Amino acid sequence: MASIGKIARRSFLIGSAALVGGVAFGAYYVSRPAPNPLSAPKGGATLNPFVMIAPSGITLIAPKAEMGQGVHTTWAALIAEELDVDLDQVRVLHGPPAQAYYNSVILAEALPGKGYDRSDFAHALAEQIGKIGKVMDMQVTGGSTSMPDGFERMRATGASARETLKQVAATRLGVERASLKTERGAVIAPDGSRIPYADLAVDAAKLTPIEADLRPPAQWRLLGKTQPRIDMLGKVTGTAKYGIDTRLEGMKFAALRMNPHLGGRMTKFDDSAARAMPGVDRVVNLGNGLAVIASNTWLAMQAVDAIDIDWAPSPNPADTKAVFERITAAFDGAANSTLRDDGDVSVLPLGAQEVTAEYRVPYLAHATMEPMSATALFTGIKLEVWSGNQVPLLVRKACAEAVGLEPEAVELHTTYMGGGFGRRAELDFSVYAARVAFEIADTPVQLTWSREEDMRHDFYRPGAVARFRGGIKEGKLVLLDGQIAAQSATQQAMGRWLGLPAAGPDRGTVDGAFNQPYAIPNFRIRGYLADLDIPVGFWRSVGSSMNGFLFDCFIDEMAHVAKRDPLAFRLELAQGVHAPSAAVLEAVRDMSGWSEETPEGIGRGVGFCYSFGVPTATVIEVTDRDGQIEITRAWIAADVGTALDPGNLEAQLSGAMIYGLSAACFGEITFAEGAVEQENFPDYEALRIHTTPVTKVRILENQTQITGAGEPGTPPAMAALANALFDLTGTRARQLPLMHGFDLMT
Amino acid sequence: MPVSLTVNGTSHSVDLPDDVPLLWVLRDALGLTGTKYGCGVAACGACTVQIDGEAVRSCQIALADVQGDVTTIEGLGTPDALAVIQQAWSDHQVAQCGYCQSGQIMQAAALLAQTPDPSDEEIDIAMQGNLCRCGTYPRIRAAIHSAAQMMPAPMKKEG
Ligand code: FES
Ligand code: FES
Repeated sequence: MASIGKIARRSFLIGSAALVGGVAFGAYYVSRPAPNPLSAPKGGATLNPFVMIAPSGITLIAPKAEMGQGVHTTWAALIAEELDVDLDQVRVLHGPPAQAYYNSVILAEALPGKGYDRSDFAHALAEQIGKIGKVMDMQVTGGSTSMPDGFERMRATGASARETLKQVAATRLGVERASLKTERGAVIAPDGSRIPYADLAVDAAKLTPIEADLRPPAQWRLLGKTQPRIDMLGKVTGTAKYGIDTRLEGMKFAALRMNPHLGGRMTKFDDSAARAMPGVDRVVNLGNGLAVIASNTWLAMQAVDAIDIDWAPSPNPADTKAVFERITAAFDGAANSTLRDDGDVSVLPLGAQEVTAEYRVPYLAHATMEPMSATALFTGIKLEVWSGNQVPLLVRKACAEAVGLEPEAVELHTTYMGGGFGRRAELDFSVYAARVAFEIADTPVQLTWSREEDMRHDFYRPGAVARFRGGIKEGKLVLLDGQIAAQSATQQAMGRWLGLPAAGPDRGTVDGAFNQPYAIPNFRIRGYLADLDIPVGFWRSVGSSMNGFLFDCFIDEMAHVAKRDPLAFRLELAQGVHAPSAAVLEAVRDMSGWSEETPEGIGRGVGFCYSFGVPTATVIEVTDRDGQIEITRAWIAADVGTALDPGNLEAQLSGAMIYGLSAACFGEITFAEGAVEQENFPDYEALRIHTTPVTKVRILENQTQITGAGEPGTPPAMAALANALFDLTGTRARQLPLMHGFDLMT
Repeated sequence: MPVSLTVNGTSHSVDLPDDVPLLWVLRDALGLTGTKYGCGVAACGACTVQIDGEAVRSCQIALADVQGDVTTIEGLGTPDALAVIQQAWSDHQVAQCGYCQSGQIMQAAALLAQTPDPSDEEIDIAMQGNLCRCGTYPRIRAAIHSAAQMMPAPMKKEG
C-alpha cells in the first residue's frame, strides 16, 4: 500500500469526493495529537481535551451535536465508566470547535466498500482516512458515527485520566498505584480514606498521561444499562437552551427572505414600507435575498413580508416533471459507479422469468422542529456565534470568511438542537447570521427563519429514479440488475464544506442497494448522477433513505413473483452471507408472529436494510378501517454490535422509523417555477400521536463492531409500509409518498 | 401604549403593537424561551401555553386579545421542583431533541386537568395537534398514563 503521504499528494478518493492534494500531508502530521483546546478551570486542571476537574466539579466534554439522539449522555458515560465517576456528578459540555474533536469514522463511511465484509485492507485504508479527517477539520456529527468514533477513544481517555490521578495519590501516600481504588470521583486509599479527584487534578496534569487497559464489558457499571439522559430535566422544564433561545443583553431580532426560485438572484427591491414599520431597525441586502433587523422576531417577519422584491428566475428546471426528466436522462450517460458486479447480468439464466420495474422517490425536506436560527455578535475584531450545528470547525471557518476575520477570531458556541437529521451539517444559517451581525456591529442579533423559509430553502434529500431487472428461477432470485439515478448529495456537500472538486464513484447514490448482504449469483448495481443544481444534502440515513425503499420493495416484488413468503425469501438471501442480517429477520418474524396469510382487512409487510453497519428489519401492520388505512403495529429488530444504552437505542430506532413512515406517507417536495411548492407543516404532514403504530423494538448484539443507531431505523420502515399496503390491497407502490395511491388515515 | 399581562403569576407591562402574537411577546420581550416557535400557523403545537388553564396556541393569539392569566412551561415546575407531569415525562425519558416537549407537556397538563384518567382515544384527540418530528409519541402516551396514576385526585385540577 502506498504511504498516506503519497496518496494525499496525488488525489485522495473519498467516496465521491476526490480530495486533490495541494498539501503534502506527512504521515507525522496526520497522526500527531491535536492540541488541547481547553484551558484550566479555576483551581483545577484539564487532564486531556475531554476531562476538566476543579473544586467546583467535574466537567466532561462531549464535542458532538446533541440533536435529540442522546449522544451527550452516552458519550459522557463512555468516559465516566473508566474514570469512575457517576453521571449525576458531572457537567457535560459541548466544548469549543477543535481539531482534537475530529471524527475518525465519518470519512471512512464514504469509502467504497460493502461494509459487512470489510477486509483488512479496507480497514487499514479507513484508518488512514480517519487521520486525514483530523487535518481536514472534520469535527462532524452524523452518519451514526459517534459511538464507533468514541467507543474506544473515550474509554481510553477516562482510563488514562483515572490512572494518572491514582499515580499522584500513590506518590503522595507512598504506596503502589495498584493498591488504590477509585469510586465516585475519588481515589480510595488502602485505609479506606477518600481523596477527591479535585485534590489531585493539578498535579496529575503535570504528569505524562498513563495508559491503562480497558475494562471488559462484564465489569461495566454504566455502559450496557439505560442511563437517565443528562438533558432530560432541562427539556421537560423549558430551561434547555436551543440556538433559537439565545438571549443576550441588547439583542436584536432578524428575519429573512431569500429568493424562492432556488439559485436565482435578486434584481431589485423596494423596502420603503418595511423601513417605516414598528420596531424595524434596518434592512440588510444579502444579494440573493434580504434580512430585516427589528426589536422582535415577529415584527421583523412582518417587515420582510412588506418588501416588494423582484426575483431573478431559477437556473433549475421549472417544475417537478422537468426535474425528473433530467434525473432519468442520467441513465443515457455513463454510469458513475458499479460498486456491485457479481456474476454476469448480461444474460438471463436459462429458464428464468424476467421482471422489470421502475421506481421513484421524491425530494424531501428535513423539517427539523426548531427552524434554522443562529445568533451573532460582531465587534470589528471579533465575531461570536451561537449556533446549533453539526460541523463546528467548518462553521467557524465559513463565518470568519463571511466577515473578513481569521477563524481564530471567531468564538463559536454550539447549542442544543431542536432536531438535526442532517440539516444542521450545513453552513448557511450560521453564515447568514454572521453577515447580518456584520451590518450592525457591537449589537448581538438573532436571525430566525420562518417555517416557510426553512422549508423552501433546505438542502433536500435528492429525488431518485431506479430501474430494476430481476430474474426468478425455481423460486429463487438468480439475477438482479439495478440502476439508480439521482443528484449526489455527498459531492454537493463536499463542495460546500471543503471547496473540493467532485469526482469518483459516489457511494451515497447506491448506498442501501449495492451493499445489501444478499446471495444473488448475478448481481449488479450501477449509480448515475443527475446533472442538476437543486440544493441537496444529507437527510437522515442519506442514500439508504432512497434505496431502503427502492431496492427492498423490488426484492418484495420478486418474492411475490417467485411465489415465496417475502420474509423467508429475504432470510434465504441473507443466510450464509451475513448471519447478523439473517438474525434480525428471524427476530421480527418471531416478534410479529409472522405468518404467510394475514386475516381479511389486515396487511403485513417486511422491510430490510443494512445501513451504517446496522442490519435492521421492520414489520409493519396496516388495518383497513372502512376504506381508510391505519398503520396499527410495528416491530423492529436491529443489530448494533454492543448496546451501550438500550433505552436510548429503543427511542432512536422507533423515532427513526416514525421519521421514515412520515416521509413514506406524506413527504414530498415539488417544484414550480424553480421554487419549492411546500411551505409549512400543512403541506408537509408527518405522523402524529394517533397515526403512530404501537411499536416493539428488539436490539441484537451479534455483530463484533460497535455501531450507532440514529439512522438505520429509517430506511426499512418505508419499504415495510409499502409492502404491507401491497399485502392489504394488491396494489404495488412504486412511488412515494403513499398518500397519492392509498387512502391513509391522517 | 403598554399592555399589562400576567404570566406565571407575575404581571408585566409590554410595549409592543397590539397584533404581536403572544408567542413572540413571551419569547422576545419577556425572555421566556421555554415556549417554542415551530410553524406560526397553528399546525404544530410547539407554542402551546395555557390561559386560565386552557391550552392555546400562543402563535395565534394577539397581545391585545390575551384575556386571563398565562401559564407557560416555566410556570409549571422547575428542575428542582418538577410538576407531577414533568416527573412522569422524566421517568419515561420522553424527550429526544426536546423542542416540541414544552408544548406537549402544556397540552397534556390541560388534558389531565379536565380528564384525570384519559383513555388512549382521549389522548389521541387531545394530543394530535402537537407534532413531534423525533417521534416520541409512544413515550408521550405512556407518560400521560403514568402522570394520571401519580396525581392525587385533588391535584389533578391544577395539572
Ligand atoms: S408555532 Fe404555534 S402551532 Fe406551531
Ligand atoms: S422531541 Fe424532538 S420534536 Fe419532539
